[in-house]
Amino acid sequence: MRNILILGGGTAGTIMANKLAAALDDKEWRITIVDGTEEHYYQPGFLFVPFGIYRMRDLVKPRRQYLPGNVRFIPSGIDIIDPGTKTVKLTNGTPLKYDYLIIATGANIHPEQTEGLLDEEWGRSKFDFYTPQGAERLSQFLKGWQGGRLVLSITEMPIKCPVAPLEFLFLADEYFTRRGMRDKVELHLITPLSGAFTKPTSSRVLGEFLERKGIRVTPDFDLGRVDSKEKKIVAWDDTEVNYDVLVSIPTNMGDAAIARSGLGNDLNFVATHRETLMAEGLEDVFVIGDATNLPTSKAGSVAHFESEILFQNFLEHIDGRPPIAHFDGHSNCFIESGFDKGMLIDFNYDTEPLPGEFPLPGVGPFTLLGESRVNHYGKLMFRWVYWNLLLRGMELPIEAEMSMAGKRV
Amino acid sequence: METLTIAGKTLALDADGNLANRNDWNEEIARELAAQEGIPELTPQHWAVINFMRSVFEKEGDAPSIRRLTKESGVDTKTLYQLFPKGPAKRAARIAGLPKPKGCI
Ligand SMILES: Cc1cc2nc3c(=O)[nH]c(=O)nc-3n(C[C@H](O)[C@H](O)[C@H](O)COP(=O)(O)OP(=O)(O)OC[C@H]3O[C@@H](n4cnc5c(N)ncnc54)[C@H](O)[C@@H]3O)c2cc1C
Repeated sequence: MRNILILGGGTAGTIMANKLAAALDDKEWRITIVDGTEEHYYQPGFLFVPFGIYRMRDLVKPRRQYLPGNVRFIPSGIDIIDPGTKTVKLTNGTPLKYDYLIIATGANIHPEQTEGLLDEEWGRSKFDFYTPQGAERLSQFLKGWQGGRLVLSITEMPIKCPVAPLEFLFLADEYFTRRGMRDKVELHLITPLSGAFTKPTSSRVLGEFLERKGIRVTPDFDLGRVDSKEKKIVAWDDTEVNYDVLVSIPTNMGDAAIARSGLGNDLNFVATHRETLMAEGLEDVFVIGDATNLPTSKAGSVAHFESEILFQNFLEHIDGRPPIAHFDGHSNCFIESGFDKGMLIDFNYDTEPLPGEFPLPGVGPFTLLGESRVNHYGKLMFRWVYWNLLLRGMELPIEAEMSMAGKRV
Repeated sequence: METLTIAGKTLALDADGNLANRNDWNEEIARELAAQEGIPELTPQHWAVINFMRSVFEKEGDAPSIRRLTKESGVDTKTLYQLFPKGPAKRAARIAGLPKPKGCI
């Protein structure tokens, strides 16, 4: 028996368990997956919770339900990974030996990393929507809010789903408009980036969108601390912005188990080969999803594209052959832009998001970097695709490798 | 391609306005780049940061983040912003003759 151990049963870990269980003979292989909780959340849905579009109970399912019967699921925390002895120690003390390891422990928010962010006002005048609890508390708060200045503050990059903060503001614009109080609400984006988004073309297009919706943008703001009493955020260079309600995207970090194991960078992300997805300097270890240090988006779509590359390379690797598949950093994100419309961006390590049609040139049906109703339905459909196709490791009609077809340069 | 002329030497710049060729760099050029960024004088603390950035880049192919600068260069964040106002990571990288840090997406 050879042992495959998957750490993390979220998006990426679940996809890999399904793909490998279908391809490998269970008389020769034992696949084990470990996760600290039994509930699997559809995280892209968190965005809609503050506005009452989804309820949290619409977004959660038992992890086991999405894992094949011949995969062993261990609900336990992961304490330490020791690549030297090829052992992972669980928080309940059990050591697990592996022949091959896949790290899929994701990323989470860390408000405690910023001075003054996590105090008694957290959940009262300062919120997040990246956790189930945060999104629900914000939903409760917004229902009764009379208006004022809502500041959305991105602490530092990288963050999961880097378009989510923009989507939040687009949906907030719609939410307050529908409630007849848009004129009582100021919406303000504060970002460490030099514009609305990371790359020049999309930054310009999205910047224009924000402007048209009357959403203010303050770029190049490196958050130093939060002052809850005076209700202001202060940059390292002492620039200040006042808020009535702060929606924070706190620092995103890889899991503490990565740090305990000495395998992470300053944000606990694991050094990963950008093409093969093998862990740098470790034997028989692969990394996938938000846990990697790769310069592409931390997104479910990326985890999906990576899973196809990792799967191919894994099968070569266990037969002693070198990796054959190369990840190009492909990312594909729907951007909800409010009032039943959406946008779509498609890019990789080298090509920035460009306007055009997707996936078929001139036909679409999706528009790239432009607004359409179809894109909005694409985003809503994604929840069904996630549970029914993506997690199960099924083929989706989008290639892992990015295509230039339909893009206008 | 943009160029920059310093002390009679013409240097190629990349799309971000940083030196295109890291080997063109020397201390005199650093002082000139600093002046352009509104830093009239480079103190020993400035040099400590610049040299730290160059050594990390040499080893890892990317300039370090602010978080890492604070942890490992011995200069705290507040001071970093005083030394290199408005974005120490970006500015110090330019003065150190390095490309703009990749800063993930
Ligand atoms: C608000 C929001 C909106 C988003 N919108 C989109 C979108 O529109 N499109 C898109 O593609 N992506 C979106 N994403 C991002 C997407 O959800 C993630 O990129 C994706 O889930 C990453 O998968 P993963 O497997 O790497 O991590 P996760 O799915 O987070 O899984 C990691 C798992 O590891 C487990 N784990 C970690 N450490 C330990 C430990 N020490 N012990 C035990 N278990 C551990 C965790 O419990 C977790 O289940 C969004 C995310 C958020 C928060």
